Amino acid sequence: MGIATELKQTPLFEVYGKFGAKVIDFGGWALPVQFSSILEEHEVVRTKAGLFDVSHMGEVLVEGKDAESYINYLCTNDVTKLSINQAQYTAMCYPDGGTVDDLLVYKLDNEKYLLVINAANIEKDYEWMKKYVKGDMTLINISNDVAQIAIQGPKAEEVLQKLTETDLSKIGSFKFVQHVNLDEIKDVLVSRTGYTGEDGFELYLSAPQAEALWVKLLEVGSDDGLKPCGLGARDTLRLEARLALYGQELLSDISPLEAGIGFAVKTKKESDFIGKSALSAQKEAGLKRKLVGIEVTGRGIPRHGYKVVSEGGEAIGVVTSGTQSPSLKKSIGLALIAADHAEVGTPIKVEIRNKQIDAVVVKTPFYKKG
Amino acid sequence: MTKAIATLLYSKEHEWVLQLDGNRVRIGISDFAQKQLGDIVFVETPEVDDEVTANESMGTIESVKAVSDLYSPVSGKVVSANEELGDAPETINEHPFEAGWLVEVEMSNPEDLESLLNEDEYQAFINGGEE
Repeated sequence: MGIATELKQTPLFEVYGKFGAKVIDFGGWALPVQFSSILEEHEVVRTKAGLFDVSHMGEVLVEGKDAESYINYLCTNDVTKLSINQAQYTAMCYPDGGTVDDLLVYKLDNEKYLLVINAANIEKDYEWMKKYVKGDMTLINISNDVAQIAIQGPKAEEVLQKLTETDLSKIGSFKFVQHVNLDEIKDVLVSRTGYTGEDGFELYLSAPQAEALWVKLLEVGSDDGLKPCGLGARDTLRLEARLALYGQELLSDISPLEAGIGFAVKTKKESDFIGKSALSAQKEAGLKRKLVGIEVTGRGIPRHGYKVVSEGGEAIGVVTSGTQSPSLKKSIGLALIAADHAEVGTPIKVEIRNKQIDAVVVKTPFYKKG
Repeated sequence: MTKAIATLLYSKEHEWVLQLDGNRVRIGISDFAQKQLGDIVFVETPEVDDEVTANESMGTIESVKAVSDLYSPVSGKVVSANEELGDAPETINEHPFEAGWLVEVEMSNPEDLESLLNEDEYQAFINGGEE
C-alpha cells in the first residue's frame, strides 16, 4: 500500500510487522491500530496486561530557575504543588479559555520539568510555548529523542518487576522514578500513569533502546498474558474510563471546564495564567455546555460529530467520541451538550444517519477498575 | 480460515454474490473486507421488501473503529435478511461467506452480474492494493 513511507514513524515502526500490526495513518503518523483485534486487545488490558507504543507523543524539557513560574503561567493546574518525581495532569489554554492542549507535567528536579504533549499538537504547542519563554530558563523539544512505551493492566506491575530491582509497588499513582535500569535497558523514567483506566506504567527512554525494551517486555510478559496492543484499543479503553482526547473532547473552542477536566484548572491559584480570567468568568457565570456520558438505548452507535437533540427535537450539542463499549457491550459516548440537558438520566436523542435514536445521559466513567 | 466458494462473484466494494434459484442471489461481504474492517459490532441491512440499487448504499456496517456503507452489487427487491446479525454481528468476521451473509435479493436486472468480478479477478483486484 506504500502509504506508511510518507508518514512519520516512531522508533518502533520496524517491529510492528513482526507482531502482525495493521498500520494506519493516525494524524500523520504510521501507527498500529491493532495487532490481533481491538476487542481482544481491549480485553487483555482489562484482565491481564497490554503493551502500547506511544512514542509519537511529544516531550518538551523545561529547565532553569524560572521554569516553575513559566509552567505555572502556561498551564491551568498548579505546578507549585508538585514534589520531585511527581506528575500532574494539566492543560494549556488560549486567553479566551479554549484549549491549546492537555498534557502531563513531570517534575524531574527543582528546576527541571518534562512536559508530555499530544503528537498531533507538537509543533503548535512548541510554538505556543516559545512565545511565553521568560527569564532564566531553556525550552527544548526532545520529542524525536524520546520513546514512550506504556504497559497497562492488572498484571503490568508484575511483568515490569521482572526487569528491575527497583520496588515498583512503592511508586504511587502519578509518581515516578528516574534512571531505572530495566534489564540491559538504561536510564528509563518509570511513571505510574496511563490512559486506559487500568493500573500500569508509562516508560520513557532514549529512542534507540525502544525496540530492545519492547521485545524484552513481551518475552518476560508472555506467561502473564502480556500482548502488544494498538491505538484502537487505547481509544476504547480511554473512552470507557472517560479520559479526554484532544481533537475530540478538547479543542481550541472547548474549554477544559466544559470538557469536564475542571480538576486540572486552578482558577484560585495566586499567580496569573493564560486563560485565567476567561475561565474564572465561565465558572462564575455557570457553564453553558457540558461534556456528559451518553448511552444509546436504541439501535446504533454514537460517533464523533453526530448531532445530539433534546426529546423535543431541539439541537443541543454534538457527540465528541463514541463506540460500542467492549467491556460493557453497550453503545456509549461522550457528548458536549447544553448544560440544561446535562443531568444524569435526561433522555436525549442522537442523530444517526438521519434517524433520531433514543439515548440517555449517564454517569461516567463508564468503566471503573474493580 | 474460511475458504471462498469458487462460484462467487464480487463487487469492487467487496461484496460477494452467490446465485441461488432463478434471479435470486445471496449477498455478503468478502473475507478481505471483514479483515480490513476488524471487529464488526453493528450491521444495518435493508429489510424484506426494500428495493436496492446496484452500486448504491443499502446499509451500514460498523467495526469498533469505523463506519462503512454497504453497497448493493445488484438491483432488485430484498426477499430475505439475515436476522441473526442483529445480536451477533461478529458472525461476519467468523464466517463471512456462510453464516455471515447479509441479504437475499430478487434481481430486477440480472445483467448486473456481468459487471462483477470472478474469484481470480477479485483476488487480482485486492492484491493490486486498490480500495
